Order: sequence, then C-alpha cells, then structure tokens
Amino acid sequence: MSALITARDLIKLYRMGDETVRALDGVSFEIEKGDYAAIVGPSGSGKSTLMNILGGLDTPTHGTIAIDGAEISQMDDSELAGFRNATIGFVFQSFNLLPRLTAIENVELPMIYGGVDPQQRRERAMEMLARVGLGERMTHRPTQLSGGQQQRVAIARALSGQPALILADEPTGALDTNTGKDILNLFSQLNREGATVVIVTHDLEVAEKTRRVIEMRDGHIVGDHRNDAEAA
Amino acid sequence: MIRSSDLVASAMRALRSNPMRSALTALGVIIGVASVIAMVSIGRGAQTSVQSSISSLGSNLLIVVPGAQRGAGGVRMQPGAFETLTLADADAIKREVSGVVAVAPSQRTRGQIIANGLNWNTQMEGVTPDYLAVRDWRIADGRFFEERDDRQARKVVVLGATVARELFPNESPVGQRIRVNNGMYEVIGVLESKGQSGIGQDQDDVALAPFTTVKRRISGRQRRADSVSQISIKTESESALRSAEGDVTALLRQRHRTQEGEDDFTVQNLNSIMEAATEATQTLTVMIACIAGVSLLVGGIGIMNIMLVSVTERTREIGLRKALGARKSDILQQFGLEAVALSVAGGVVGLVIGIGGAWIVTTIFSLPFALALDTAVLAIGFSAVVGVLFGAYPAWRAAQLDPIEALRRE
Repeated sequence: MSALITARDLIKLYRMGDETVRALDGVSFEIEKGDYAAIVGPSGSGKSTLMNILGGLDTPTHGTIAIDGAEISQMDDSELAGFRNATIGFVFQSFNLLPRLTAIENVELPMIYGGVDPQQRRERAMEMLARVGLGERMTHRPTQLSGGQQQRVAIARALSGQPALILADEPTGALDTNTGKDILNLFSQLNREGATVVIVTHDLEVAEKTRRVIEMRDGHIVGDHRNDAEAA
Repeated sequence: MIRSSDLVASAMRALRSNPMRSALTALGVIIGVASVIAMVSIGRGAQTSVQSSISSLGSNLLIVVPGAQRGAGGVRMQPGAFETLTLADADAIKREVSGVVAVAPSQRTRGQIIANGLNWNTQMEGVTPDYLAVRDWRIADGRFFEERDDRQARKVVVLGATVARELFPNESPVGQRIRVNNGMYEVIGVLESKGQSGIGQDQDDVALAPFTTVKRRISGRQRRADSVSQISIKTESESALRSAEGDVTALLRQRHRTQEGEDDFTVQNLNSIMEAATEATQTLTVMIACIAGVSLLVGGIGIMNIMLVSVTERTREIGLRKALGARKSDILQQFGLEAVALSVAGGVVGLVIGIGGAWIVTTIFSLPFALALDTAVLAIGFSAVVGVLFGAYPAWRAAQLDPIEALRRE
C-alpha cells in the first residue's frame, strides 16, 4: 500500500501571551491508503492540533505534510478550502448538522461547495444515507433524529464528497456506549469497503477498535502500534 | 466552486428560517424607500401643478396692477382699490417699450348673467382684442371681438368654458342672447378651457366683453372712465421680458412721477414668479427626500445590526461550512447576498407602498400624479447599495472567522 499521508518534522508553535507553546514538536509519520488509525493522547498532547493540520484547517509552523499527493503546508486559505472539500470528510463529536436542513440536505452540503450539479448531488446523498443505514429517514430534520442517527447523517455527509480521508474527532464522545459501538462498527465497515479513516480520541477503548494506534504526548509521538487482531 | 443558484437558495433559506426577523429588518428599508418615493412623487406633482397653473396665465407675460408692493413682502392682494393705471399708460407702454408684442389693458368687475332661465354670477372682464394673444388663450367656438366691437362698445360677450357649460348645458351658446346686469348681450364665442390657476381659482369662470363696453355699461360710472384694473404685456422673448420689466417700471414712474419705494403700481414678472415657485417646491422636495433618505440610512443600520447578530448566532454554522470546503469568498457572498436580498426586497415593497401613498395623496389634493420613475430606480438601486454597504462588514466578519475557533464555539 502506498502512503496517503506523509508528515515530516511537523512543528506548530502558538503564542499564548508572552509564552510560545510548542503544540507539535517534530512529528513525523505516514498513514497508508486504506488504513484505519487512531490518534490518542490526553488533552494538551497536541492531537487536536495534529487533526486540524491533517484536515487542512490549520498549517504547521515548520515541516511538510502531503495528503493524497497534495502538499498542504504551504497552501493559502482558498486552496485549503478546496483541499478540505475534495479530500477530507469530517466527522465531529457534536455532529454539527445544520438544524434548518433535512438529513439529505445536510449530506448535500459539501457537494454544494464542490459545485456538483443538483441532480447528481441528490442521488449521491441518497446513496450515502442508504449506506449508513438511514435510507428511511432522508427528509427528517436533525431534531427528529437520535444522537446515533445524527452521527450517521454526519458520516454520510463526510462520505458524500468521496474524500480520500475520513477524519473523525471524538466521533463517539457525545453518544452512549452502545450507540458509540454501532458508530465504530460503521467506521470499521467503511474501512473494509476501502475508506481511509483516522479517528482522534482520548478514549483508549475507541482506539482498540482501530487497526493502528498513534499515541501522542506533549507534542511528540510516543507510541505507534498496530492491533490488527481486533479490527480484522 | 459554489453555483450561484445554490448561493441564492442558501441565502433565501436563511432569511425564510426567521421570517419575523427578516420582515422587521426589511421594514426599515421599506419605510425609507416608501417615504423617498412618495415624497419625491408628491413634490413633483405639486411642482407640475404650480408650473402649469402659472404658465396657463400666459408665457413671457408682465402684469401691471395698481397699488404698491410693500417693501420686500408680497404683492398687495386688493389692487382694485386703486385707480392709478390708465389706458394712456397702456398706450405709452405699447409705444415706448421695445420688445413688446402686445399690450392688453383690462377692467374687471363682477357680473350677474341670466340666460336660458339660468343664473350665474361670474367675473366680467373688459378686454381689448389683443387680450387673447397676450394670455395665450384660444377661441373654442365662434369668434373673438374686434377693434370695431370695442370702439362701438357693442354688447357682445365671449364666455369662459365654465360659464358656457353652466348657462348652456345642452347647446352651443354662440349666437344666443344673455342678460348681464340688466343689459342684453349677444354671445359671439366660447373660450378654450384653461383649468384652475395656481391658487385654485377656476380660470374658465369668466366672461369677456370689449373693454369699452364693460367700462360704459357694466362696471358702473363711478370710476374714472380711463382707469384700468390691470395691464397685461406680452414680450417677444424671455430675454425681452427682463428688459421690458425694467423699462415698464421706469416708464410708469416717469408718467406717475413716483420714485422707487413710493410706486402706485406693481409690475409682476410671471416668469420670475414661476421660477421662484418652482425653486421653492423643488427645494422643499429635496429637503423632504433627504429626511426620508435618512430613514433609509437607519434601515441600513438595522440590516447591519441584524446581520451582525446573525453572524454571531451562526458562528458554528460558518465554521462547519468552512470545514466542508466553503471559501472565504463563498461565505462573504452568502452573507452579503442575505443583506442585499433583505434590502432589495424592502426596496421593492417600499416602492409599491410609496407609489400607492403618492397616488392617494395626489388624488386627495387633486394634484397631477407624477410617478418619479427615475427616483424609483434610484431608490431600488440605493437600497441595494445600502444592503451591500451595511451587509459588507458583517459578511466580512463571517468570512474572517477561523473555522477551528468557530466550530469550538457553543
């Protein structure tokens, strides 16, 4: 398998008043296409910063990061927006669905910014909702859906742009244990179907369900192991 | 790249999701545009009305009346109390002032007309044959009188349209005989209708008779035989009007042995009266429109206010949209479009209300309804500009939001 993500010596500095914080302090790693990885660590370990950089929401102070062949460390704002739209599918802890829109309209949202034509958009959104098991609830609004269903809509939305990378930030953090398991199973299933998934979490139980665990602490990678037995 | 149809749909959906707020926000612009349109339209109507009523008196016209102008104030309204102007003055003006086309002295009095078993009290005016030319008036039916009629003090009259209608509702008055103050007269013509004058007087409520006839037979013999109640002077051009005004004044001062400040006559220049009146209504219109424009500005500030609130409320949404691939320009356009849509919608509704309001007011005050179309276009354009101007800052704020920060916001 070839590398989807290649990160080299990522350094991210923040100014906090008079102090400079090194959120990332020389992070290098690769993630292969088709992998299912968890980035774990306590708060302040730099995992959120890393996720923002992986997702093209932020750029590193130093170092390079190439995702799906695109070097994003030097991209400007508009290029990053295009990159996020084309390459990344975000899943958030709090779902972040727009309450005014129906499930299917929420799923269509990234494709609107991708300029996909309405007909094709609608078809693909329906397809994605069916894929996450919500074929019957397309016209429901978020408030009419349970937490697990809302997260499925969010996952369908992440998939709709056919991204190279699904990037999930604590995707089970707002769900009860059983629903959380269902969602993780869905990620496993999507991964088996070919999607590259990276989950950022502080929850080691979540990390166990993935195939690779990257551990972070104080801006460094302190551990990197595979648990293929569980995920298989 | 986002499609423009999606951009519009997205903005419309956002506005519809909060209809009450959108309506109230647009209300500011509605009131602003409506008042600008209404004020300017009503102002134009008033202006047209003033202009047409003054110009209906005749163009390039000087009117000399007895009585002094008091200081810088207005013209005395009862000039008939004086008998300082004479036929000789009229002749002198005709002889000595250059640029004068026609001079028409006239004598006014009230007359009771009986004809056809009907009764009508109207203004009798004794005039010379030149009168029609001076007043830009035309005969609708029959003929006007001639020098001969005047010399011989013939008992002939030409009726104004109103008098003709009142006394002869079903037939042509030409050739009919009428009784005026106990004398029998023959109607030889009917004047074209002129409508109302500037002060709401019906100019057609008049009967014209030869000057000498009126002097001898109607206005009574208590007055000086050669006095006139008014001299109308028509000049060949507008420029001649100015010089003639001065010349007439100088001539009459010489003849009456008066000096500036103690004149026993007043020369009125209708063109300057029209200019003054036009300028006055124009100034008033502009002033009122400016005040109305301020309310449009206030409406714009209302839009800015609501858009800023909206940006704050929708911070997470903006963060999400950016995370999903919205560019700064997409966000800028979406929020800008919402503001412009609000203000243009307000502009269109305001336009309709403004036109309606102007129509009602002009109808009530029976002014000509002059739709200020250029102002309508201007007001809609202005409301769009207001939307862009006052929507720009909130939209810029939205576009500048950092998606990471925005998504973290509760």
